Amino acid sequence: MAKVPVQFTLNGSEKAEFVESGTTLLAALRDKIGDTSPKGGCHQGTCGACSVIIDGELRLSCLTLAETCGGADIKTTAGLAEGGVLHPLQRAFLDAFATQCGFCTPGMIMAAKVLLDRTPNPSREDVVEALSGNICRCTGYEPIIQAVLLAARANSQNAA
Amino acid sequence: MELRKDYFADVRKDGLHEIGQARPRLDSPGHVTGKTAYFADRNFPGMLHLKMVRSPHHHARIRSIDTSEAERHPGVVKVLTAKDVPHNVYTILILIQVGPEDETVLADGKVRWKGEAVVAVLAESERAAQEAAAKVKVDYEVLPAVFDMEEALKPGAPLVNEYHGQNYYLYDSGECRKVRFGDVEAGFAGADHILEQSYQSSPIEHAPTETTGCVVAPEGNDRFTCYTNTQAMFFTLDNTSIILQMPGSKLHFVGGTVGGGFGGKVDVIVEPIAILGAKLTGRPVCFIYSREEEMQISSPRAAEKVVIKDGVMKDGRIVARKVTGYTDAGAYSRHSPYGAQKGAAHYPGPYTIPNVWIDTYCVYTNRTPSSAMRGFGVTIGDFALEVQMDKLARLIGMDPLEFRFINAYRDGDMKAHRQPTEGAALIECMQEASRAADWPVAEKYMAMSSYRKGA
Repeated sequence: MAKVPVQFTLNGSEKAEFVESGTTLLAALRDKIGDTSPKGGCHQGTCGACSVIIDGELRLSCLTLAETCGGADIKTTAGLAEGGVLHPLQRAFLDAFATQCGFCTPGMIMAAKVLLDRTPNPSREDVVEALSGNICRCTGYEPIIQAVLLAARANSQNAA
Repeated sequence: MELRKDYFADVRKDGLHEIGQARPRLDSPGHVTGKTAYFADRNFPGMLHLKMVRSPHHHARIRSIDTSEAERHPGVVKVLTAKDVPHNVYTILILIQVGPEDETVLADGKVRWKGEAVVAVLAESERAAQEAAAKVKVDYEVLPAVFDMEEALKPGAPLVNEYHGQNYYLYDSGECRKVRFGDVEAGFAGADHILEQSYQSSPIEHAPTETTGCVVAPEGNDRFTCYTNTQAMFFTLDNTSIILQMPGSKLHFVGGTVGGGFGGKVDVIVEPIAILGAKLTGRPVCFIYSREEEMQISSPRAAEKVVIKDGVMKDGRIVARKVTGYTDAGAYSRHSPYGAQKGAAHYPGPYTIPNVWIDTYCVYTNRTPSSAMRGFGVTIGDFALEVQMDKLARLIGMDPLEFRFINAYRDGDMKAHRQPTEGAALIECMQEASRAADWPVAEKYMAMSSYRKGA
């Protein structure tokens, strides 16, 4: 099957791969590059576990073709911590007990990051709306919402 | 959170410090950094993908299977049918002597539910496996199917599972699990009121975010490492050993974090066939349910029907209870004979009733085999029992919480299945609930105790 070259930035480092035409970004990240932080829960764009950030936008990597990501700046949860220091969202998810089985967590954190990048002081409604595309089947939504609000408060205290 | 230490103050050891404290979860740092390893995060060079050909019929005889076209499909490495499985007929609970073996790894001569695995296709890519699976030709003779438990129990109903010979599980006690305690008919005869009600539930899918699956890697010495999200590691290891007729020493099972299970990952479904594929091809194999398979194929909670007949006195005492419970196992046993049996012990509820009669049936139908889910065998029963308790309280014009105090079991009471009650705390729990919910009850109930005689 025909292979296509694709080159993009993943969490700040350059990546280049040959992928079969039609390969999803999720498969390219997990199977080719080895970043398994995006998870495949439904492969049909409904669960949000595969969420990544492409050029600042929240994207479902299971519905994004790798070959369309040439030159893109891609961020995943695996790249959030800098120098071993957890990102405020990661810290907040720990402190607010916002993880159970953990399978939805990387996608939740991606969705929350895009929200806080744009809306540093979100309302509860903003958080609920931002996470509405991410399913947690352990049904731990309330601690997740609280974690995002906690991260927002921590950010604004640091900024002050 | 307020901790009430006055309960059981005289039996409490107070040197413990953890409850009420927030302690970090050990697995959270892995979760928030994306480092937690789930089974599907393992990837091996040359890994094959396994896809199942599944029955489109609820009940059918298999006249013939033609895999020739699928085998010629580009990328296909191996196609497996029933004859390739060393010990094809199994049942999970045979490990604890709950037989007979009644389920096929790959269908042999017959399918008994829509979605049953018939042929396994192993190919270089998921796409090739999927395309080749569509080219397997199975000639079916469709048979009459039965979907309703009471229909299935009637004479002349289509026989679902020949390994049982009848549409119910045959316990050592007969066609159902039975509890007999006191004289239930005498209890009804002396009761002020009788209330008989029927409660029903549908199957419920767990729908974990991570679908069921495993990744198998041959170690090169006829030993196989199986990364799996099973919730039942040793059931899976031992059943795989039986199905593949391989000693356990050849099977290295690696579990770990499960991406949501809720009971839905206790069956032995993906591992044996994936390991067989790895053995016959010498290649790593992954078998991961699609979302559609997770929703349609994986075992749900059983549908249940619970018929409760109670005799109650005007003063609030339940004097007789007769329960008939039906658990829909679907086409195969899996864990359902156990679930139905749990119900038999559970139906009196946390109440002391002097006259009890319980029959629980594990019924076979042509529906998706059901299995474990969070308190299976008792959860639907609890719903039925507590709705029934509210109805009984209303019938005699009594407060529903006070009604439960009157009937609550206490230490020393003999339960209907003849286990003496120990460590009961229902009364204390209801006293606390009464305060927390601001649902006051008479002082005599607030003075009751689960364990002090005479209180």
